[in-house]
Amino acid sequence: MVAIRPAQASDLPAISALDARLTGLDKPDYWRDMLAPDRHFLVAETDSGALLGFIAGEVRAWEFGQPAAGWVFAIQIDPKQRQRGVGSALFDALVARFKAKGVTRVRTLVDRKDHLILSFFRAQGMVAGPSLQLDMDVA
Amino acid sequence: MKLQTGTRLGLYAVLELAREPDRTLSAADLAERFGVSSHHLAKVLRTLSGAGLVRGGRGAAGGYRFTGNRRRITLMDIVALFEPAPGQRAKEPGEDTDIGATLQRVLLEVDEIAEATLRSISLETMLKPRR
Repeated sequence: MVAIRPAQASDLPAISALDARLTGLDKPDYWRDMLAPDRHFLVAETDSGALLGFIAGEVRAWEFGQPAAGWVFAIQIDPKQRQRGVGSALFDALVARFKAKGVTRVRTLVDRKDHLILSFFRAQGMVAGPSLQLDMDVA
Repeated sequence: MKLQTGTRLGLYAVLELAREPDRTLSAADLAERFGVSSHHLAKVLRTLSGAGLVRGGRGAAGGYRFTGNRRRITLMDIVALFEPAPGQRAKEPGEDTDIGATLQRVLLEVDEIAEATLRSISLETMLKPRR
């Protein structure tokens, strides 16, 4: 069984460790900031309380001129626990919280070379949004 | 975005067969469904068969069945069977000029976005009813 609940400070070490293992980047401060009251930070765990994965997001209005939307900032699932619907369950739970806040749109940014995460969001029904992300090197 | 006819037929055939993997359809069945030439479709099915995506087909009446993995195979896997890879395209006249090179960079950007989109959509995602 997968249980989903809001993340707490006591979850941060396991969250940071899972993310660092998957991305190679240790960013504990970033995850602590996700506990802010205006953010939605959810964990999925087993019956015995082992971390299966997490998702983080926030409702933002008028970001880049767009009306309020629920932004998905991050999602990570323990690789050994994938293909069991944990990611979809976390995504659905986050969307339900966004809807409760009155937003009717969910949005994220994905590295276009990261086929795995792109496929995940596509499978949830997400499609290309109205914006194009632009970058410039100013070094 | 314009796909070559063979690519479009390949996508039609794979998606139609993958919709019900236990079902067998002949090149003629598929051709009739999409209103295209069964000769052209037979050729496309041979390519798909060579890639292991479909199996079957003895003669015009022989039926084809989907044999791939709906969750793993993406639209790009099928497109790549029929369209030349961006890196393998022959050089066009003018590409060596500064304007040609600048234009190439823009076209490459477009290709990269198109490829990322096609690679992110599995057959499973395509065939799932929209929520």
